[in-house]
Amino acid sequence: MRVVIAEDLFLLRDGLTRMLQAHGLEITAAVDNGADLLAAVAKDRPDVAIVDVRLPPTFTDEGIRAALAARREAPGLPVLVLSQYVEQLYARELLASGAGGIGYLLKDRVFDSAQFVDAVRRVADGGTAMDPEVIARLLARNTGNASLTALSPREREVLALMAEGRSNAAIAQRLVITERAVAKHTASIFLKLDLQPSDDDNRRVLAVLAYLEG
Amino acid sequence: MSAGYTPEDPDRRDDPEGPATPVALVGLWGWVRGRLMVVGRGLLLFGLALTGLALLAALVGLLVAILRLIGRGELHHHIQFVVPVGLLAIAAWLVVGLLFLLCMRQLARLTRRVIGQWCQVPITEPYLPRPWADGGKAGLRRRLGWLLKDRATWRDLLWTMVNGCVGWLLVFLPAGLLVLGIVGVIAPYADLNQRALVLAGAALGLWAAPYLLRGYGVFARSMLAPTRQAELSLRVVQLSQTRTEALDTGAAEIRRIERDLHDGAQARLVAMGMTLDAAGQIIDTNPDAARALLLEARDASVKALAELRALVRGIHPPVLADRGLADAIRALALDTPLRIHLESDLVGRPPAPVESAAYFAVCELLANVSKHAEARETWIDIRHTDGMLRIGVTDNGRGGADPARGSGLRGIERRLAAFDGVLAISSPPGGPTAVTMEIPCELSLPKTSSS
Repeated sequence: MRVVIAEDLFLLRDGLTRMLQAHGLEITAAVDNGADLLAAVAKDRPDVAIVDVRLPPTFTDEGIRAALAARREAPGLPVLVLSQYVEQLYARELLASGAGGIGYLLKDRVFDSAQFVDAVRRVADGGTAMDPEVIARLLARNTGNASLTALSPREREVLALMAEGRSNAAIAQRLVITERAVAKHTASIFLKLDLQPSDDDNRRVLAVLAYLEG
Repeated sequence: MSAGYTPEDPDRRDDPEGPATPVALVGLWGWVRGRLMVVGRGLLLFGLALTGLALLAALVGLLVAILRLIGRGELHHHIQFVVPVGLLAIAAWLVVGLLFLLCMRQLARLTRRVIGQWCQVPITEPYLPRPWADGGKAGLRRRLGWLLKDRATWRDLLWTMVNGCVGWLLVFLPAGLLVLGIVGVIAPYADLNQRALVLAGAALGLWAAPYLLRGYGVFARSMLAPTRQAELSLRVVQLSQTRTEALDTGAAEIRRIERDLHDGAQARLVAMGMTLDAAGQIIDTNPDAARALLLEARDASVKALAELRALVRGIHPPVLADRGLADAIRALALDTPLRIHLESDLVGRPPAPVESAAYFAVCELLANVSKHAEARETWIDIRHTDGMLRIGVTDNGRGGADPARGSGLRGIERRLAAFDGVLAISSPPGGPTAVTMEIPCELSLPKTSSS
């Protein structure tokens, strides 16, 4: 799998490169600004781009804009955005197109390299990787929602993991239950929330996120 | 408005006399009642003027009496008595004079308030603030200086004289004409022409009463309102007060950040270092325990990062830095369970300190809404017109918010005051609550994207 990294801090760029290489991913370019990212994407046609939100020259939300621009130039390019903080506002903007292949994670998540690489692969395969904190805040915002309160605690756990973009197999592994049990929970969740069930993992995530965003 | 009356609309039809009374008569009676109320208010103002004049006359009379007594004493050559007794009398008079000045100030204050309500002419107080208001001793000398050095004191004196001599005419005239009219009508010796004349005079007085009252208000304002110089010195006082408050708030904030760092992230990093050290020591002898310690250290670093994030959010939220006020509030809205409708016409960005103050003010208001208002929906409206940033936060909750009771609202007012900003709140019991903030500022042009 071929990866482009855009991160302005040398230590993090270097660390990410080494960590991903250690997991057998190929780093085609590691750049430190948005313009170079666009050039690298055009040249190398990577399978996924990992982009920091804060990039020079403005050090504001340059990375989000660069990521969206890269997706315009190379439609369907999977992009994983990393940030020191997560904002629902930015999550919405990234998901707005409705296409898959989007990740939005806190930088802390690289501490767990196995999970992180899993997220990178998921995004590269056209899936979604939403940070648990985004999901937690979405759920907190929906505390008054009657359909959500009707969910059992286990179903809420499954819902949160599903919203992060995990497949049934991953959820089963995480919660130490069988895949069949996960499938039963998801069916029940979709029934209670009155959502159209879908076998496609990605369409499922987007439906759940759209529901939570209200 | 408790006065419930404006010169433009004096007709108040409170209770019709009954279904049988013709409409025109009811209307006329309503009109007359409105005017009579104005005449009554004029009489009260006239009374205030006379009170001031009477006090002044008494004071002057006292001085004249004392001087005459001294003169008579000199005439009779009791010089050895005259000097001490005379001096004592004059000293006593000076004390009475000071009391008189204080009385006059209260009278002027009352006049300003009454005129503000009845004549619709608001008059700000021109007095210097008490120098001992913010701590310090209120010695006799300071009190005297405060009273005597204030030019407003002497302008009050001038007003008492002018008002007592000619000003009262404006408010007394309608009542005078009315009395003349009544006397003229019931007087047995008046002929028809005279009666018609006084009646016309009374009608004219009734008609003109609100205009005269308003004219009186304007006239009073010219003498009772602060002069340009007084305005400037009041401004200086206000500025130094808000500056002190702003600096205090800033210092307190820095102390809070220091404490949070010290107790939070710093402590966690120390613990992390110790855990790592312990892991290093046992890594050869007990690799499993060492691995557990390493995982513990990793979790501690995640927690430290989370704390730093929360701290940064409280100092300067990243979205505010990235995108400005409207998007920062939009992001805030996404994080609260309240249903928030945001409208913004900002094209540029206010100066960073204003932006930050406005953002945290909105945070505080939204926190109030979710804590107290039991509102279903909230509307936020951000506009910039004529060099003024206006933010309205309205909810459909139960109302009854009182800035005097909540320290949060007072805190917002203080924070906005540093930018000459103001906060107005309307929150009748039962709702809705509408808070409007205004901060004078210019917008900078939006940053052009480099890409």
